[in-house]
Amino acid sequence: MKRNKIALAGTALFAIGALALAGCASGGGNNDGGNAGGEADADAIITTNGSEPENPLIPTNTNEVGGGKILDEIFAGLIYYDAEGKPVNDMAEEITTEDPQHLTVKLKEGQTFTNGEEVTADNFIKAWNEGAKASNKHLSSYFFEDIEGFSYDEDSELTGLEQVDDYTFTIALNKPASDFALRLGYSAFYPLPDVAFEDMAAFGENPVGNGPYKLDGEGAWQHDVQIDLVRNDDYDGGRKAANGGLTINFYATQEAAYADLLGGEVDVIDVIPAASLPTFQDELGDRAVNQPAAVFQSYTIGQFLPHFSGEEGILRRQALSMAIDRDQITEKIFSGTRTPASDFTSPVIDGWSDSVPGSDVLKYDPEKAKDLWAQADEISPWEGTFQIAYNSDGGHQEWVDAVTNQIKNNLGIDASGAPYPTFAVIREEINNRSIQTAARSGWQADYPGLYNFLGPLYATGAGSNDGDYTNPEFDAAIEAGISNPDPAAQLEDFTKAQEILFNDLPAIPLWYSNVTGGYSENVDNVTFGWNSVPLYYEITKAAK
Amino acid sequence: MLSYILRRLLQVIPVFFGATLLIYFLVFAMPGDPILALFGDRTPNPALVEALREQYHLNDPFIVQYWYYITGVLQGDLGNTFSGRPVSAVLADTLPVTGRLAIMAIGIEFTLAIIVGTISGLRKGKLFDNTALVIALVAIAIPIFVLCFIAQYFLAIQWGWFKPTVGAENDWGGLWLPAIVLGFSLFAVSMRLMRSSVIDTLNQDWVRTAYSKGLPRGRVIPVHVLRNSLIPVITNSATNFGVLLVGATVTEGIFNVPGVGNTLFQAVQRGEGPTVVSFVTVFVILYVLVNLLIDLLYGLLDPRIRYV
Repeated sequence: MKRNKIALAGTALFAIGALALAGCASGGGNNDGGNAGGEADADAIITTNGSEPENPLIPTNTNEVGGGKILDEIFAGLIYYDAEGKPVNDMAEEITTEDPQHLTVKLKEGQTFTNGEEVTADNFIKAWNEGAKASNKHLSSYFFEDIEGFSYDEDSELTGLEQVDDYTFTIALNKPASDFALRLGYSAFYPLPDVAFEDMAAFGENPVGNGPYKLDGEGAWQHDVQIDLVRNDDYDGGRKAANGGLTINFYATQEAAYADLLGGEVDVIDVIPAASLPTFQDELGDRAVNQPAAVFQSYTIGQFLPHFSGEEGILRRQALSMAIDRDQITEKIFSGTRTPASDFTSPVIDGWSDSVPGSDVLKYDPEKAKDLWAQADEISPWEGTFQIAYNSDGGHQEWVDAVTNQIKNNLGIDASGAPYPTFAVIREEINNRSIQTAARSGWQADYPGLYNFLGPLYATGAGSNDGDYTNPEFDAAIEAGISNPDPAAQLEDFTKAQEILFNDLPAIPLWYSNVTGGYSENVDNVTFGWNSVPLYYEITKAAK
Repeated sequence: MLSYILRRLLQVIPVFFGATLLIYFLVFAMPGDPILALFGDRTPNPALVEALREQYHLNDPFIVQYWYYITGVLQGDLGNTFSGRPVSAVLADTLPVTGRLAIMAIGIEFTLAIIVGTISGLRKGKLFDNTALVIALVAIAIPIFVLCFIAQYFLAIQWGWFKPTVGAENDWGGLWLPAIVLGFSLFAVSMRLMRSSVIDTLNQDWVRTAYSKGLPRGRVIPVHVLRNSLIPVITNSATNFGVLLVGATVTEGIFNVPGVGNTLFQAVQRGEGPTVVSFVTVFVILYVLVNLLIDLLYGLLDPRIRYV
């Protein structure tokens, strides 16, 4: 999962300040929403927002959006995802799935890295082995855990990767994963040129890739300031750049990026600061972007909490869900920049549906909620306060207060937020299960697949199953889905899995985060991809 | 005087150890696990977490971690950020930027304070003096981040006189807007000090003597009044330097200046011990040195002050 700065960054101080700006900003603004018009300049440099990568630019060791955004532009994997999240072959000529555990990858011939080296099967195998090796401690090593030979505890070779010839290799998995081919567009699966293995640290500073862009010479990465990318004319895939390059400015705060957009100093930004959410659509007109993204928000109620297991727990969970008016909160607090949840995944994912059986528990129904809560009280009476824990450095207080207020009013119980100072603190408590309350939770998908929203979060013993949820029926349903190569049957299984979730509610779905952003009058053809990042290669800029 | 300077410089040593130990302890005592935070909402594999904790010595007791840090520092190694960059390289990138910003801000502060303060002092109670008082009150009363946003919105976004943020253009020319805001927020106190000091000096015997000797105003004011009035302003600027460092952290965030304040803010968020400690220690040492410099300046302004 690429960590999302929006969820992590502690911008409280700046957010307060920005309120002052929002006050003066509402009067001004430009509503023409003009477009560049005129001839597009094929060599124009597009400028956009980003953040200083937290790690050297090595694909398997980058799991945050700042570095991920750069890697996606300078590297090309076997596939890439188009705006709708559909996989399209990039370096791969074809990927065949023989059965849910065996894949064969055939590469296009004649693809090169920007240093002239040819992209061969070996470049993928070596890069993945490097990323998976335990002693390298790469942050995205878990992407390889399904490949035969993987181990977290000791250095071991990915024996499941086998080279057939220069342009062909096979992948053997240690368990069925019929969506494995769909994962291959994630940055952890990018190939590395041989030069990378001579000195990985130096390579991370000046990476040599094979993507639509390349670094503008040595030292193009000015730390904490910006990185300059130029078009890679040797790249011959579906993401050929329609512009001359991309300069990514690193902003420490979202407010600074937005100020630059208003001042016409940056072309495209993919984040709007919280304080400007109520006004940005007025200020930017049709250059404002506000669309659902692959981010699912919820709050998790651990199975280990008293009153929340068994029949009683299910009744209480359903009551807590129906006591929340999601439409009102997304409108009032988020100014329409969240979309009320209708399932456990995201609308940008193929297979999403707003009519999974059982999803009525997401409908606001205070009467029924009260009734369900009373039924639970008959099993064992409730006492005390219902609390939702959140990290105060991530801008969560407002919605937690609103949700707990609705719970308080509609169920007639005491409810409140439980603030934790930072993300690091709350993660520690959640991780060692010392947390004694419900807690906010969220998920940003690694790749556009339904399974990614279900398996890692709710399967028994899964890595991110924070609430220790366990239900053999659910496990069986996703197991069946992931083992079945037939997309229709797979969807059926995943829908059944979600049906079970809607009954048990290990987490209460709240809403999908939208991607909010905007662009200047100088650019055209701005589309935001499934992962909330603009498709930079498509953007055109008018000749000056 | 040389032994005075030497003694003052020797004071840096206990200050250095005291400051690093204290700050290291504070960072160490900061709750939460920075390694877990690296993985977002995903719970990472325990083996990987353990290996990373090992790498950053996070499992060791406080004093051992401090020992690793301080022995590194004494060998010229300030440690690494979580991204593996040497902290010394980060400092080398960011310190000159903040330095430029500070020099410009102090320059603006002094110029404004001396000119406005002197005129105010000379025209006590007149329209100019009263206007200056109102402006000074505004500068003191408005929090700096509000000043920043107002300046950014009107001067940059609406009127287009400056670029809204600094980013890559962090040379002397590019830092005008944040420097003006910082300088303005600092100038009020210095200006008021300058004003009262000028009024005081005007009543001194030597000024009256100078006038009675027939010296022209153009000579009395700059040489006899100004020079003697500067001492309290200079003293105040030592305190101001601390305010400036704090103000720079806020200003750098809002104007996206790639300086130490901005980097420090992010390092605190990530719980990066070595980065935070090194940066704050540099702040502390700078503060000590600036104070020494200011003490030495007194001697230039008033030869009666001796260093013993």
